[in-house]
Parts: sequence; C-alpha cells; structure tokens
Amino acid sequence: MNPLAGYLLVAALLFAIGLAGALTRRNAILVLIGIELMLNAANLNLIAFWRYGPHPEFLTGMMFAIFSIGVAAAEAAVGLGLIIQIHRLAQTTDLDKINRMKG
Amino acid sequence: MSFAFWVVAALTVAGGLAAVLLKNLVHCALALTIAFAGLALLFLQLDAQFAGFAQILVYIGAVAILIVFAVLLTRSSETPAQGGIFSHTWLAGLVVAAGLFAVLAWAVIESAGGLPHESSAPAVTVMQIGNALMGRYVLPLEILALLLTAALIGAAIVAMHEKEGTK
Repeated sequence: MNPLAGYLLVAALLFAIGLAGALTRRNAILVLIGIELMLNAANLNLIAFWRYGPHPEFLTGMMFAIFSIGVAAAEAAVGLGLIIQIHRLAQTTDLDKINRMKG
Repeated sequence: MSFAFWVVAALTVAGGLAAVLLKNLVHCALALTIAFAGLALLFLQLDAQFAGFAQILVYIGAVAILIVFAVLLTRSSETPAQGGIFSHTWLAGLVVAAGLFAVLAWAVIESAGGLPHESSAPAVTVMQIGNALMGRYVLPLEILALLLTAALIGAAIVAMHEKEGTK
C-alpha cells in the first residue's frame, strides 16, 4: 500500500469521527472536542503531503500545519470561554436545551 | 507500510473514537489526549519533528488541560438525567459523517496509484524552520502573535465572572 494513502485514510477516518462527534453529541464541550479532532486530521494531511510532496525543503506544508496548530489553540481558548459563559447564563451545556434564539 | 504506522494509527483512531463515544466527559478528555499523542507520533514518523513536538506542547500541554478545566467548571462530567448523551438528530449526523468518510476514502483509494511514492526523508533542521519563520513567513507569524494575544484577552474577558452591580 502507498504510504501517503495510508496517512490520508487515517486522517479521513479521524475527520469523520470528529464530525460525527460534533454533530451527534449533546454536550457543547464534546462538540468542541470533535472540532479539535477535525483540525488535527487536517494537520495530518498537511504534514503527510509535505513529507511526500516534490519540494519538502520549502517547508510549505510544515509551516501551514504549525500556523494551524497556533490558530486552533486560540480557537479552543475562545470556545471554552464561551461555553463557560453560556453555562453561567443557562445553567446547562446541553445543546438541545440552549434554544432561546429559536423562533 | 511499516508495522509501527499501523500500531500508532490504530491507537490514534481508538483514542478519537473513545473521545466521542464515552459517557463521562473527563474520560473523553483523557481519550482525546491519547488521540493527540498518537497524532504527534504520526508527525514524528513523517520526519516532522518540530510539528510533532509543537503538537505535544500545544495540544497535550494546553488544549487538553483547557478542556478538563471547562469540564470541571461546567460540571459536565455528571451524566444527564434523561435523554442520553446523544442529540435527537444523531442519526442525521451519523449519516453525514459516514457519507463524508466514504467519499474521502473512495477519493484516496481511487487516486492511490498516482500519489507520490516513498521518497528520501527531508533533512530539515530546526534552524531552517527558524530562518523560514523569521524570513519568508514573518508576516503570518506576527499576525498569529496578534491573534493569539487578542484571543487570550478575549477569552479571559468572556469567561470573567462579573460581580453584582458592576454591569
């Protein structure tokens, strides 16, 4: 089996797991965990293509992955801060119950 | 494909599955840490040492801890009394995720013959990465620094507890 294809399949599986978690769980923190898994799967794709691509010495994929890790850290901090504030307002992190904007 | 790759890939996928399936959210956070560690090992196998160690520092060291803090602060580890852990639209979500995986896997397998094959490991030193960050990628680096500062101040302000009567 092609080594790059193996990494891409693992990344696709992780992305699907993260998407399933983000779409099916009721707890807001679990949705954030699913999003983190999806971001990581994308990073794995970037690194794999950098490794097996034609010009690894330009570091393009590696830099993209490093910046993506940094942005994901910022996203996690803001997302968890919002969840804590929502919990303070609504006394729940259950996404089925947070429906005040429903018409 | 080497034996080590399959072991690490199985560990990573098992960690990810446990992170979205377990009932107790503290267990979910721990399983997520395993998935992050597996991903860092995959990065190391791909000769991306810097990205692998950055993954360990940022995800295992910071994001996992943040998630544990959020779980404890919102008391989410207590399982809900009724309705289970899955949303009532779980079937649609599962179908979307399975369909997406089917499409991605089909695309990868169909194009596997044309993908680049085993190449020699790129000799990339941390010095080269530092030079690239300070030279070609200095503008994105500065923007990222600004974004991180703004995001951390914003997160602290959003999550800050407002005292009575100070609104």
